[in-house]
Amino acid sequence: MSDENEPAASGGHHAHEHGHDHHHGHHHGGHHHHGQNFTDPPPDPALRIKALESLLVEKGLIDPAALEVLIDTYETKIGPRNGAKVVARAWTDPDFKDWLLRDGTAAIHSMGFTGRQGEHMRVLENTPTVHNVVVCTLCSCYPWAVLGLPPVWYKSAPYRSRVVSDPRGVLGEFGTELPDDVEIRVWDSTSEMRFMVLPMRPSGTDGMSAEELEAFVTRNSMIGVEPAKAPGTVAGKEAAE
Amino acid sequence: MTSDSESHGFTAIPGIDADGPVFREPWEAQAFALTVTLHEAGLFTWDEWAATLSAEIASAQSSGDPDLGNTYYRHWQNALERLVVAKGATLGDELEGRVETWRQAYMNTPHGQPIELSAGHAARRSTGNSG
Repeated sequence: MSDENEPAASGGHHAHEHGHDHHHGHHHGGHHHHGQNFTDPPPDPALRIKALESLLVEKGLIDPAALEVLIDTYETKIGPRNGAKVVARAWTDPDFKDWLLRDGTAAIHSMGFTGRQGEHMRVLENTPTVHNVVVCTLCSCYPWAVLGLPPVWYKSAPYRSRVVSDPRGVLGEFGTELPDDVEIRVWDSTSEMRFMVLPMRPSGTDGMSAEELEAFVTRNSMIGVEPAKAPGTVAGKEAAE
Repeated sequence: MTSDSESHGFTAIPGIDADGPVFREPWEAQAFALTVTLHEAGLFTWDEWAATLSAEIASAQSSGDPDLGNTYYRHWQNALERLVVAKGATLGDELEGRVETWRQAYMNTPHGQPIELSAGHAARRSTGNSG
């Protein structure tokens, strides 16, 4: 996690200007000069984004205030709690569940989750015989409107490739062991179609309200790498270890 | 981080236990927000974006990036630059020049003072480097 400031192998952009900055004598190659501290430029990606943004703002293509609103939305307002509300309602409202499985986009929109990347949604129901798991093999397409932005592992090459070739093994890494007779279906998201898993309602939750049930719905259960939590235990990883 | 899977000759999925922040550094958030905003302004379709990002990721992998998710926004940033230039919203030279101007602005601003682009312009003029 500490290596993200290092350039990617294929960054393609190089600071070719290094070595030409000795002209003034008040700094040396970006290092602090004794007696007067100048400011180190940020790492390359930050500098490049700053440059791009400032150009686009000048051209009138970008409103900096709108950027801040958008960032705040994804940092604090949109996340897997949205999806958990959808799942918990489906667990308690059969008509809604039917609608959700038939027309995920409309059913999800009806709950007010109309955000970006939720335009074409399909919801996949897990059953005792079929377990669904979602991936985007090419990049990281993901239903932001219900799950927020994807976790780091979802974006990693090992997950994107291995969940297709060895879904059972990958689920095992998440601590999810399924009986051999359960069929695992892997769904590859695209920019046209986003998938969300409707996990099985955990046992021991009879009579609970949708609000109470939300607590058992995890992000990972809606991607399909884990079951929903069970009352009193944590299903999945801990249970399997 | 050793696990059974590593001993079997394939790469374990990284960060399974991590429930990290949405963005790990402010620039990642800026790159994300710029992309979404430009898409919504009509500069490119989301299909075009997904195709460009996919190509960037594939190219990084073939250049040796293990692509464990931690470099994801680097790919995102490269894809954004590529698409913005391809769409003519800015020129590649213009972007490179602006990067260098900001770099000089930092390096010529005493620590603790606000970084103004003008400081970078002044520094670059004084060296005759119009890059």
